[in-house]
Amino acid sequence: MSRRARLVVFAVGAAGAAALLAWGLLGLPDFGHYRGPYGDVLNEQALGQRHAQNVVNAVVLDYRGFDTVGEEFILFGAVIGVTLLLRRQREEHERATGDRARDMAFARTSDAVRVFSLALVVPTIVLGLYVVVHGHLSPGGGFQGGLIVGAAPVFVYLAGRYVVFRSVDPEGALDLGEGMGAAGFVAVGLVGLVATGAFLENVWPLGQVGSVFSAGTIPVINVSVGIEVAAGLVLVLFEFLEQTLLLRGG
Amino acid sequence: MAPYLLAAWLFLVGLYGVVTSRNFVQLVMCLSVVQSSTYVLILQVGYKLHATAPIFKGIPPDARAVDPVVQSLVLTDVVVGVVVTALILSLALQIHKRTGTLNPDDLHVMEG
Amino acid sequence: MTAVEIVTMLLVGGIALAVVLTKDPLKQVLVFSLFGSALAVLFLVLQAPDVALSAIVVGLAYPVLVMLTLSKIRQRERR
Repeated sequence: MSRRARLVVFAVGAAGAAALLAWGLLGLPDFGHYRGPYGDVLNEQALGQRHAQNVVNAVVLDYRGFDTVGEEFILFGAVIGVTLLLRRQREEHERATGDRARDMAFARTSDAVRVFSLALVVPTIVLGLYVVVHGHLSPGGGFQGGLIVGAAPVFVYLAGRYVVFRSVDPEGALDLGEGMGAAGFVAVGLVGLVATGAFLENVWPLGQVGSVFSAGTIPVINVSVGIEVAAGLVLVLFEFLEQTLLLRGG
Repeated sequence: MAPYLLAAWLFLVGLYGVVTSRNFVQLVMCLSVVQSSTYVLILQVGYKLHATAPIFKGIPPDARAVDPVVQSLVLTDVVVGVVVTALILSLALQIHKRTGTLNPDDLHVMEG
Repeated sequence: MTAVEIVTMLLVGGIALAVVLTKDPLKQVLVFSLFGSALAVLFLVLQAPDVALSAIVVGLAYPVLVMLTLSKIRQRERR
């Protein structure tokens, strides 16, 4: 359909959607006057029942943990999809080392960017690990901490060290890490199933409120999810960087 | 009622961007704007005036806090959204490799 | 509703319009990362620090992916 026809259809559809949205939004409770009892009950009970200070993390991994297993597998599938789509085609080939070296000599990034980026790699990883492990005590958790750790290759690339880093070839470890992260979550759930007959039941010792080794299975699942998200993000970044920097032809 | 209109505005503006984009990469970014409208709406529903975050460190468990369930829904959503966007971008890259164009208007013929 | 909430929501709405109306993809990526930061501030104002943390990191990883795609496409078109 032509562009103009598409715009006309959109205008009609948008008017209808706007009317429906306005009618639906009118039925919501007033902004700031949250009514539902479920959230209030969770806020009061979660600290006593699970010894976890971060109620959001407890909800994601314990009270509604089954939804999170599904979301984690969406992530897993999307990473597999990216790796499949960007695999090396028959016509493409990797650039010769001479080509790559010439490109690096002409890199126009300033020295300040390169030194600063290199200096930021290790603190980023340490910060990400802290956020993952302390997920049940302060804002954070497996997903956020995994994202922070997974963003470290961006700094390596900004520092101009990507090609050198790539020769270390950590792909095998990354694939293993991603699989183990996803499987670890399910394994913890199965332990709960075997012990009490309910999948993902929190059966490990609850410990003292405020210490790192508390809240039962929640820190273990945090670490597992963190490994999976970090490995997945690094794999995706590697695929894109390989497309841009190394592959030619096709 | 008025703050909820922000979510409706984001949805419609993003949809307009998707319909009128001439470039697949632009389309992906406008799609992200549409996704963020759902995050904003869900978080606004769970908000309580003069309440604090549901992290109970140093405050008693019956302090006034916002709803934690809606935050858990949005949290995993944001992370999964990034990786699914990477999937769509790699699709766009493959389309460019095969047909040489990124304009959605030029790709209306299904072959094979 | 306090002034902080109103200003943040107006800011998010305005920057979303700017994202949609920018025509050049490279400039749109920069405006989009600004949109991600504004969204993170809105999430903080709505008392959701976990979500704001994810939004900040997404604002870093997402534009990088898009820019890498754009640079690969520009490489192919230059040949």
